[in-house]
This record gives sequence, structure tokens and C-alpha cells, in this order.
Amino acid sequence: MKKPRTFSFDTLSLHAGQQPDPATGARATPIYQTAAFAFRDTDHAASIFNIERAGHVYSRISNPTNAVLEERIAALEGGVGAIATASGQAATHLAVATLMGAGSHIVSSHSIYGGTHNLLAYTLPRFGIDTTFVDPTEIDAIRAAIRPTTRLVFGETLGNPGLDVLDIPRVAAVAHEAGVPLLVDATFTTPYLSKPFGLGADLIVHSATKFLSGHGVVIGGLLVDGGGFDWEASGKFPTLTEPYAGFHDLDFVEEFGPAAFITRARKEGSRDFGACMSANTAFLILQGMETLPIRMQRHVANTRQVVTHLNEHDAVDWVAYPELESHPGHALAQRLLPHGCGAVLSFGVKGGRTAGQRFIEKLEVFSHLANVGDAKSLVIHPASTTHHRMDTAALEAAGISEGLVRISVGLEDPGDLIADLDRGLRASQKARKA
Amino acid sequence: MQCLVDGRSAYVGTGGRAIDAARESVVFVHGVGQNHTIWVLPTRHFVRKGFNVVSVDLPGHGRSAGPCLSSIEQMAEWVAEVLSVIGLARAALVGHSMGSLVALAMAAQHPDRVRSLAMVATAVPMEVSDALLETSAANDHTALDMLTLWGHSSTAHLGGSPTPGLWMLGCGLRLMEEAGRDVVHTDLNACNQYTEGLGHATRVACPTLLILGERDALTPVRATQALADAIPTVATVVLPGAGHALLSERPDPVLDALIRIV
Repeated sequence: MKKPRTFSFDTLSLHAGQQPDPATGARATPIYQTAAFAFRDTDHAASIFNIERAGHVYSRISNPTNAVLEERIAALEGGVGAIATASGQAATHLAVATLMGAGSHIVSSHSIYGGTHNLLAYTLPRFGIDTTFVDPTEIDAIRAAIRPTTRLVFGETLGNPGLDVLDIPRVAAVAHEAGVPLLVDATFTTPYLSKPFGLGADLIVHSATKFLSGHGVVIGGLLVDGGGFDWEASGKFPTLTEPYAGFHDLDFVEEFGPAAFITRARKEGSRDFGACMSANTAFLILQGMETLPIRMQRHVANTRQVVTHLNEHDAVDWVAYPELESHPGHALAQRLLPHGCGAVLSFGVKGGRTAGQRFIEKLEVFSHLANVGDAKSLVIHPASTTHHRMDTAALEAAGISEGLVRISVGLEDPGDLIADLDRGLRASQKARKA
Repeated sequence: MQCLVDGRSAYVGTGGRAIDAARESVVFVHGVGQNHTIWVLPTRHFVRKGFNVVSVDLPGHGRSAGPCLSSIEQMAEWVAEVLSVIGLARAALVGHSMGSLVALAMAAQHPDRVRSLAMVATAVPMEVSDALLETSAANDHTALDMLTLWGHSSTAHLGGSPTPGLWMLGCGLRLMEEAGRDVVHTDLNACNQYTEGLGHATRVACPTLLILGERDALTPVRATQALADAIPTVATVVLPGAGHALLSERPDPVLDALIRIV
């Protein structure tokens, strides 16, 4: 039998969403640096506004450069569509705001990025949306936390910074039993290492600032719709299944079917909240995504060498990386992340906080900053930076000890990285003895 | 809206507007394993232009109760019954792929009820490969992959969706995944067994437009010549570079063509 054939991940990373520019023949994706798009005539204008014709109106809502990026991530994730946003946080907010309003509830993993924790724990409650945080490895706890008002289950493919492996199939099953979708932040894994839709997730957010870009020069986010969640059967999402007064009583599921969520997110959330990505940013992220497969291979290869070295180092108390048998998510990672567990890891320097500070300050190749997923190697102390707003109990629940150091392994020569870490670790132990 | 047709619940998309028999009407019929949502852009256009829009979910598809109908002729009679139920005597008929055969059969069986006919991504006969029939009979996902991947031009496999931010292959696949068990096979079988197409074509009394994709691998342009020869009053539009999924790949040119005939 002749099997249907289409393009592979590597090819899609380079091409998806873009053909040579029909106007100029430009091979690279042009940067459409324009606020708005001219209409042919008044009827054409009316038809685009009324979603009768495909096209662009205003770059807050859509832009041709951004559309290439959106298609590319949707292709790589196996979704129906995507929206590029001003940041990963904007993508998460857009997902929440599209699904629910005041009186709604979210069940979230407690092992998440500090900024997202802040959004869920402190900011969204002001708008009437509450969150219960649970241990993502405790499936029964997730089930027990779901209320009649719950509209979303949220987790990270690899929790930040302890790298808890999210059991997407089981968490998705619990969410679906309750008629709610699973939103997954897949920033640490990228579609190269994990395909959450294939495992049962319904929506994906990325901080495209990180591995998707790889160069650390832009801030951007992506919200991807898997298109498989049955909003109508759930009956819990009137924003998608009931007439919307903000668009002539449009019923998004009735008219757009599998693309209902992403269409509502664009027609309402992008329009009204306005957290759009600039075309120039979209262009720069696309440059990074072209090399995503080969960069992720190198990230993972370098990380494995660093992990092995740190795990055997006298100055290191412990190393958290799911490929290590000592990691609680090891077996799950072998099943769900066969191509690798990414390039972020955390470890404890012997001597606690002071030794850890000395370690960070002595590094020369690793940059001390609040980011991950750069081509350059990075290091940070989460308890005093990215997760500083979390109280002691929340830090403890998320597995963030005072001495925890998080590193993001870049694409430098692994020997140079190991030498740099050794320099820092030697200094940390001198500080300890002093 | 939902209505009762032959005693079963049937969905008819009207663009949220009540049917008014005094206005012109246009009926849209979807293809294999799909539903009314493929027509979202043109239906919104014709509603704004003051038409009654009737975008059906065939029995067993989308929001219409099953079972599926097993022949194109039965589907055509069902569409005619829908028009009767909602009080429309006559309409322009637009069909995509299998839906185009349904529209053709209705134009032949009820010439007084069809004002004009648009057949999008069509071929008569619409022979279906053994591979598709066998895999769909087994409810094997490969059948959906075949229909989706062969249903888009090779350039569309790299994207370039006219609708910003949508991945066309993903949208097409997900829509067919919504179809119930055996739906795709029943539809494909109906297409394959529709042997009266060219005979029906000779009985079409209204102006007809064929809207074709130049690179359609499922219903190639060359397979429409006999159809074009058989229909008394026909014009053909071939959209360069496009595959079978014309409503995803070329929504604006399809709408422009429909405006000519509807």
C-alpha cells in the first residue's frame, strides 16, 4: 500500500508556514513591519472584518511574518493553529482569558516557573480566578483538587526548576474525566523532545524566548491549539459554545469547529488585550527555529556530559536531571522523553547558599542571568531570583532549596563548560573552608 | 439550527439568521467525513449579502443524527427534503468533493429546485482507491492521513495558510477525526458507487461552475473532462497550484468564483 507522505520535523523546522515571497521571490521570511494592511475596496474591508475572507487587518491581531511563526509551531506540535504573543506569560494569560472568567478555577502543578506561579497565585485571584496548586506527580491529588468551577489543568512538561516530569497521559485523562482541557507549558522540551498533543494535552504554551529562539535576543510567546478538545461535549466553555456579543453573536465552535479556541483567542484576546508580538521579533524567532533540531541535539549531548561530571563531583551534593536514575521522574522520562530531557538542570553545591553564591560568581563562561534556553550557558540561584516571590512553604513544595543552583547548558564546547564549572566549584569549597 | 428531517435531528447552519423565503438561497454540502464548518468563510459572506444560507451536516456528520446515508442519490433526496422542511423552494447548490456529487444528483433529480450549481474539487466518476476503501473499512487512522495528505497540494504540506496562523493539515485531519466510526468509509463507498454521475450531468438544467485545483491528487483536473462535456451549460475555473482542499488552500478565489455563480 502506498503510504501517505509528508515532510519531516527537520524540514518543517526550516520551511513550515513559508513559501518564497510571491511578490519579490525573497527566500527568507520578510519582516512585514507595518501596523495595518490596505483593503482593495470597501466590500473587501467589510469581508475581512467579518471573517469571510482570509487576510490581515491590523498587526495587533495578525501579521504575515507572525503567521509564518504561528504556522511553524503549529506544524511542529501537530496542532491546528497558533498565536504569537508578546511573551510566554502573555500566551498563558491569553489561554486563561479565552477559556474562563470570574468564578472559575484552575488546578496547577506547583512545580512551575515563578512568574506563572505569581500570575496564578496572586494576580488572577484579583479577577476572580482562583488556583489550587498540587504536586503534579500525585494524580489523585489533581483529581481531588478539581471543582465544579474548574476550567483548566495546567503543568509544565518539565517543571521549573526541579524538572518534575509531567505524566501528560495520566494528567490529561484526569482533566478530560472532568470535562476540562490540559494546558502544558512545553518551553523546556520544545516539540523536538516532546509532543504533548500526541500524549493527550489540549493546549500548549511556549516561551519562545528560550530554546525555540536559541539566541536570547527577543521576548516572545506562542499559544498552540491542538484542536481536539470537545468544547461542546464539555458544556463548560460558553466563550466557545455560546453566541458572543462582541462579534455579532458568533458561536465559535459552531462556525470554526476544531479551530474554535484559537480563533476566539485571536478575535477576542489578541484584539482586546493586545499582547501581540512584533514582526521583527517573529522573524528573529524564526531564524532560531530553523536550527531547532540540531541545536536541541547538541544541547542534550552537552547536558549529558555536564550532568555526568557534576554527579561525580565531590563539591556537589545532588543533581536533579530526569535521565539520572536518582531522579523521581526517571522512569517516566524514559517513556515520555526518549530523545532527551532538555538542557536545564539543577544541583546543590556543598556548603549551601554561601558556597552557591561563590560558585556562581566565579563562573566565566556561564552567564549569571534570569533566562534559560540560550545558545550560551546560563546559571542562576532561583530562591533569590526567579522564584523569590514564593514563600518558604511554596518553595519547599516546589523542591527549591536555598542551595539549589539552576543551569541551562548551552552549545559551547562541553570541555570548556566543565572546566568553567570546576573553577566555580573549587572556589565554592574554598569559601566553605574559609 | 436543528430541524427534523425524515424523523431525525438534522443540523442546518444558517449563519444565525432566520430563513426568509422571499430571499435568494444558497445551499452548501460538505465532503467525506467532514461537516458544515468547512464552509465558514463563504457562508459568512453570503449571509452578509442577504442570502438565506443553508449549510448542512449530512446525516451522521457533525451535528446531524445518524445513520449515514449510503448513496449519493439518498443524500441528494435528503438535501431536497431539508429545503422542504425549512420552506425553501429553490436554491443555488454548492458542494465540495462528495458534496459536489450530492449537488449534481439533486440538480438532476430536482431540476426545478436548483437555480445554479457549483461543484468544488470534483470528478465524475469519483473512483476511490482500494487502499482508501480498505483502511477506512477498518476505521484505520491511515485513511484519514491519506485523505488529508493527498487532499492538500504538496506546497500546502509546507503551509502558507491564507487564514493567519492556521496549520491546514492539522485542521483537515482534526476535522475528520471528529467523524464517527464508519462515517468516512460509508462516504467513500457512496462516492465510489455513484455510477449515475455522467447521466445526471446531462440532465442539469441550470448554469454550472466547476471549481478545480490544478494539483488536486484526489480528483485530478483531467478526471473532470467527461463531466464538463456532459453538462449542458458549464464553465470551469482551475486554481493554479491548489490541491483538493480548496476551501483551506484558496478560500478567496473559491469565494470569488462562487460569487459568479450563486
